[in-house]
Amino acid sequence: MNLKKFIGYRLIYSIFVLLGLSILIFTIARVVPGDPVRLALGARASQEVVESVRAQMYLDQPIVLQYLYWVRDIFQGNFGISLFTRRNVLIDIQQFLPATMELALVSGVIMAVFGILLGTLAAQKKNSLMDNLVRLVAYVGVVTPSFVLAIFFVLIFGYVFNIMPTAGRLSSYIQAPPWITGMITVDSLLTGNFAAFFNALRHLLLPAISLAMAGLSQQARITRSTMSDNLQKDYIQAHRTYGIPRRRIMSKYLLKPSLIPTVSILGLDFAALLANAFLVELIFNWPGFSRYGINAILRKDLNAIIAVVMVMGIIFVTVNIIVDIVVAYLDPRIRMGRERS
Amino acid sequence: MTEPLLEINELKVNYQVFGGDLKVLNGLNLEIYPGEKIGLVGETGCGKTTTMKSILGILHPAARIKGGEILYRGRDLLKLKEKEMNDLRRQHMSAIFQNPTAALNPVFTIGQQLEDAIRYSFSREERLPKKEIKARAVEVLNDVALPDPERLLKNYPVQLSGGMKQRICIALALVTASDLLVADEPGTNLDVTIQDQILRLLINLVEERKTATIYITHTLGVVRQFMDRVFVMYAGNTVEVAPTKTLFDNPVHPYTKGLLQAVPKLTGVEFSQGIPGRVPEYQRPPAGCRFHPRCPDSTAFCQQEKPGFVEVEPGHQVACFTGGDS
Repeated sequence: MNLKKFIGYRLIYSIFVLLGLSILIFTIARVVPGDPVRLALGARASQEVVESVRAQMYLDQPIVLQYLYWVRDIFQGNFGISLFTRRNVLIDIQQFLPATMELALVSGVIMAVFGILLGTLAAQKKNSLMDNLVRLVAYVGVVTPSFVLAIFFVLIFGYVFNIMPTAGRLSSYIQAPPWITGMITVDSLLTGNFAAFFNALRHLLLPAISLAMAGLSQQARITRSTMSDNLQKDYIQAHRTYGIPRRRIMSKYLLKPSLIPTVSILGLDFAALLANAFLVELIFNWPGFSRYGINAILRKDLNAIIAVVMVMGIIFVTVNIIVDIVVAYLDPRIRMGRERS
Repeated sequence: MTEPLLEINELKVNYQVFGGDLKVLNGLNLEIYPGEKIGLVGETGCGKTTTMKSILGILHPAARIKGGEILYRGRDLLKLKEKEMNDLRRQHMSAIFQNPTAALNPVFTIGQQLEDAIRYSFSREERLPKKEIKARAVEVLNDVALPDPERLLKNYPVQLSGGMKQRICIALALVTASDLLVADEPGTNLDVTIQDQILRLLINLVEERKTATIYITHTLGVVRQFMDRVFVMYAGNTVEVAPTKTLFDNPVHPYTKGLLQAVPKLTGVEFSQGIPGRVPEYQRPPAGCRFHPRCPDSTAFCQQEKPGFVEVEPGHQVACFTGGDS
């Protein structure tokens, strides 16, 4: 009931999670062997230059002090300079994050909507044609890694039939919308540029589907099994004896309790989706955040690594808070439990 | 004599399970007249709940009806379409489940569940406006003696006690059961004092409304106090039927006798006598009379032939070859 208190509680909790995450990633990034500055400046840079850059980044200080300096800088809005792009990492993130967010959001929506829809359809009649079909698709979806699917899609829709774009976010002949949110679909809608909108959507479709498939299958399987279990519960039989029409039982009285487990794992599926995004972005030549992050790790670009991980952490925490709110909305038992404590 | 409201003739129901069929109902017979209250008595696992689900048409998908008929005002319920069956459940018949906690949907408020039941208890043309539905819901909760109905409607089942939940289940069932109510051991999960209150409430309500009631139970005391007639069930068969007083004074079937002796007595010092053995396994039930392996009076003939009903006195029927002569 008391949603504000619940959200406040979760926010405070999240701060500690993020604090722990920052300490962890800060330490890991620094204990990994190899000198990042030398790596960035190259073998021919003189020792004095390397030393001075190290001093600039406090790398000559004890690690605890380094962390404290980092925290101080964060509160001044300074996430440090990337050793490779030579820009403030915040600017890099601003540039690369929207592309990934757009992909992840579309993919997440496809995952949740079609996962639940297919699961519901399969649960209508056990062992029917529909049920078996959904189960087959879901098995294939669960075992096929997203990058394999992505390659298949490129091959089939791009190479064999050549009906879908398989690289980038927008065709070169389309006028790109001005940068507002950085998500091309949103920006083009905001400026009324429908040609760009549909073109961007077409570019999004294949990577989003290949990314969504694993989670979608998981969602479908869980929805199906929860629904067919719940279908035999006393309360559903009771609704039937009160003469509630079958259609209404299925779409209201059965669906809501059956969604609880599905939504609970939605957060995890979304996290897996972000992790899988790297290979998919690579295959579809998607200029996204995951690729920036991996490159940062390979180059030991300290400030960029930490910033990327922190942004991922914030996204993950936010998604989980939203999931918890939705679950609490669906399940009064959880809500009441919180109220009592 | 008036026509029976509901008449079950030789009903056979199997459950398909891995490794064969469970032959649960094996020719069940039962009839109930308008406004009558009958008790359906038997051990756990003898098919009482299957009987309830057969009447209401809510059998498990693995159940198969292998024969017999269920006549409701002369129409065979087993031949009705789902829509027609649902029309009966909307207005004319309903059920109360054993466990009130399991029988209420945990994620909807009492109001949402009750108001929906009320809404659909009218045909499409006569459907009440929202305000009247709510007023009716409050009224119904008052009928089952629940305090502060306005607030209760906003509550979720998890916020209520077992007794309150069972009262709500009664309210829900009565809304949609103008003719026939099947109560499947309501109150078994409640403590004894609450159980007694709930039972009296239920009996008062059905008597007031003249709703015919099939009360399924294994508690003979309840039956003796409130029911007009008693049907004794054993392993999917009706084995004895009689007006309550007759049955308790003059039980004929060996199973009924055993059942009556098995009742614990609060006054006595001696232990009550049980019936040795247990309800048979339904995949390979005993041939002939299903009770013969446990029956003290069984003969070789009982193992071959299934006994039919014999009238031993007016209104008192027994399915046993001994026919009361033993």
